[in-house]
Amino acid sequence: MIISIASGKGGTGKTTVATNLALSLGSAVQLLDCDVEEPNAHLFIHPNFDQTETVTAPVPEVDMNKCSLCGKCGDICQFKAIVVVGETVLPFEELCHSCGGCMAVCPEKAITEKGRELGVIQKGHCNGIEFIHGKLRVGEAMSPPLIKKVLSYTDPAKLTIVDAPPGTSCPVIESMKPADFVLLVTEPTPFGLYDLKLAVGAVKILNIPCGLVINRSDLGDAKVIEYANQEDLPILMEIPFDRRIAEAYSRGDMIVEVMPEWKERFLALYEKIISHVNDYI
Amino acid sequence: MKELVVISGKGGTGKTSLMGAFASLAENKILCDADVDAADLHLIMNPDVRKRYDFQSGNTAVIDQGRCTECGVCIDLCRWKAIGDDFKIKSIECEGCGVCVYFCPERAIDFPENTCGEWYISDTRFGPMVHARLGIAEENSGKLVTLVRQEARKLGEEKNLKLILSDGPPGVGCPVIASIGGASAVLIVTEPTVSGKHDMQRVAQLAAHFKVPAMICVNKFDLNLELTQNIENFARENELSCLGRIPFDPIFTWAMVQGQTVFEYNTGSKAGQAIKQIWHILADKMKL
Repeated sequence: MIISIASGKGGTGKTTVATNLALSLGSAVQLLDCDVEEPNAHLFIHPNFDQTETVTAPVPEVDMNKCSLCGKCGDICQFKAIVVVGETVLPFEELCHSCGGCMAVCPEKAITEKGRELGVIQKGHCNGIEFIHGKLRVGEAMSPPLIKKVLSYTDPAKLTIVDAPPGTSCPVIESMKPADFVLLVTEPTPFGLYDLKLAVGAVKILNIPCGLVINRSDLGDAKVIEYANQEDLPILMEIPFDRRIAEAYSRGDMIVEVMPEWKERFLALYEKIISHVNDYI
Repeated sequence: MKELVVISGKGGTGKTSLMGAFASLAENKILCDADVDAADLHLIMNPDVRKRYDFQSGNTAVIDQGRCTECGVCIDLCRWKAIGDDFKIKSIECEGCGVCVYFCPERAIDFPENTCGEWYISDTRFGPMVHARLGIAEENSGKLVTLVRQEARKLGEEKNLKLILSDGPPGVGCPVIASIGGASAVLIVTEPTVSGKHDMQRVAQLAAHFKVPAMICVNKFDLNLELTQNIENFARENELSCLGRIPFDPIFTWAMVQGQTVFEYNTGSKAGQAIKQIWHILADKMKL
């Protein structure tokens, strides 16, 4: 089973929930950090990374000895990533979406593909948890292929917890798509509510069951709860603001280690998720 | 005209609340919400929308079942596995590359342009504002960010303003790259947490990569004094100006609940005083 943890708004506590849930459940759990732009879960889980893999995307390479400068590659490319200029062909690798169109259309078979580095994937373990994250190369714009690669390591024999990036556009959709359940972490503020509505919209497009965790539940107003009731979204957990939690987080400490009574609550959260998934089926 | 973009790496460090506060301190400026994916600045600015435009970008393939002979050429060529065995295209998987459209022997695939969102020119109590809303699950957020920044610049120049205040997105990927290119400076709002520091370092590296001068300020600094010091040391070693520290203060949340800036909510808060100081140093550094 795959549980994706997402939010819309950043900084609501996705990583806190993902890491504490994983640690509470212990073995037979995989934690995949798909926030490849700013991966943070490892700062709390402290895995021993023992494997690193460079992830590349295929981009065109033109053999000018074969090229007849016909310009078909430039015509088919929707992303302006390859153009014929004078007596040569210029590929713009950072604009390329790796569709392979230019290679397929080239009548001279002058185009082959080479890899362009998007980032790295690191794998490790900690306390029985299998941990995998992607790290986008700084300066690189294209995160979805790296997210897909992280998700390709999903082990169906395990419970997979996915820490998704913030927002509601392509990287988030990518991280939610394979999920059996999406846990949306929000805060009871106008920003939290507005971005939650967007995230719920995304989950609905994908037709996946979801539930809420309200973080800092006593700092704000009651509108998130009103919205949840209106939309029939189950509130599965509330985490009140506690300076001890905020300070523990700042140091990279886990709530369930600093305040062990929280382990039971995260286990209860998991039980509720399971029962919602079963109801949905 | 100058442009300041507020970014953070990590989400939820206080970018938009700080932008709201700056909006009430800066003069002769135009506001720009460059976080089009989860735009929140309008919740404080309560903009009066004057003009509304569709944002069209990219295309999605659609198979005309009447003309399709189910030859399978498209399925073989599609690298996104967007075409099902039933010869229907899953639009959420379609990258808009047009390869299937080009190679379909029956010309049975249409390729309409997507309307991915809307963008707006508005008036606010702090002056004009350009903002946008990217449709849920849409692509091309970087292009929409570029568009709102261009339009803010155009309008600012028409109105003879001297500053664009842009609220940037979290992360270091496509929308952030689109939000900082060519800016006069970025302000990185960070927090003294292991994740705040980690993400600040990556986004500072990004700003350096694109040669945009970067400054930092530490929000909620009193949550972890040691880490605040640590972040400021990193900043100094990497030639990032440290503009100051803002204490943890629930006033940010209370003001947000009222749809107000921290100054409108309370004129004398400690957090507000700290922001004023930061603004004065920033204005001095940017020669505003």
